[in-house]
Amino acid sequence: MAKHVIDPNNWIKLYADYLYNYTITRVNDKVIAQDLVSETFLAGLKSMANFKGEASERTWLISILKRKIIDHYRKINSIKGKAEVRMSFNTGNEDEGDWIEERVADPFDKTAEDTLENSELGDAIYNCIGKLPQKQADVFKMKTILGYETETICNELNITASNLWVIIHRARTSLAECLEKNWF
Amino acid sequence: MSKINFNCNEANHVCDKNQYREASLWEKIKLNFHLIYCRACRKYSSRNVKLTKLINSKNVHALDEDCKKQLQRTINKELAKQQ
Repeated sequence: MAKHVIDPNNWIKLYADYLYNYTITRVNDKVIAQDLVSETFLAGLKSMANFKGEASERTWLISILKRKIIDHYRKINSIKGKAEVRMSFNTGNEDEGDWIEERVADPFDKTAEDTLENSELGDAIYNCIGKLPQKQADVFKMKTILGYETETICNELNITASNLWVIIHRARTSLAECLEKNWF
Repeated sequence: MSKINFNCNEANHVCDKNQYREASLWEKIKLNFHLIYCRACRKYSSRNVKLTKLINSKNVHALDEDCKKQLQRTINKELAKQQ
C-alpha cells in the first residue's frame, strides 16, 4: 500500500468544508464549528510528526476532530454542571385531568431518525463532492451551498459565465450519479 | 415552431440555471416544451431537481471564503513557526 504523505498547505482547500460540515451537524453552532475546525488544523500541524501515513490525511484529520468535538461537549458539560434530563409525567395535583396523551411527542414532528438521516446526508454529499475535480468542487460549493452570485464567482476564479455553467453542469451530473449510487 | 424548439444542450443549460432560479420565463416555457418530447432531458431534469432538493435541505454547510482565508493565514503562521 502506498504511504500517504502529509501536506498542510492544501488542507484548507481540500478538507475545510468537509470538516466544517461534519462538525456543524454535531455541534449545531456556526461559531463553535469554525473554532473546532481551526483547532483541529492547528492540532494537526503540531502532531504532524506522528502521522504515520497509514490512513489518508482526511481520515487522520477527522479522528482529531472527533476528539475535539468530544472535548467540546465535556467542557460545556462541566460549565453547566451536568446535562440532566428530568422528566416527570405527573407533576402533582394541579394538573389533574391532564392526560398523558397530550405529552406524547407529535408524530408529524421530526423524529430522531430524520435528524440522523439528515446529518448523514450532509456527509454523503461531501463525500461525493470530494470525488469531483477540485475546480468543479469549488465552483459548485460557491454557487450552490454558499449561494454566491454568478458574477462574484467569475471574478474570484477568473472564468467566464458560460465557463461557469459548463462546470456547474458537469459537477451536477456527476454528483447526481454519485448520490444515486450511494444515497437513494 | 423553430422559435420554441431547442436542442438538448440548451435544455440542460436552462435546467441548470433554473436550479438557481435564474432562468427567464420564456426559457422555462421552452424547457417544458422540450421536456414533453425528450426523454433523456426529462431524466436529467428530474435528477437535477432531486439534487437541488437534497442540497437545500439545510443540512449541507460550507465555510465562506473569508473564513477560509483567515484559517489559511493561521496555518501559515504556525508553519512558519515550526520551520
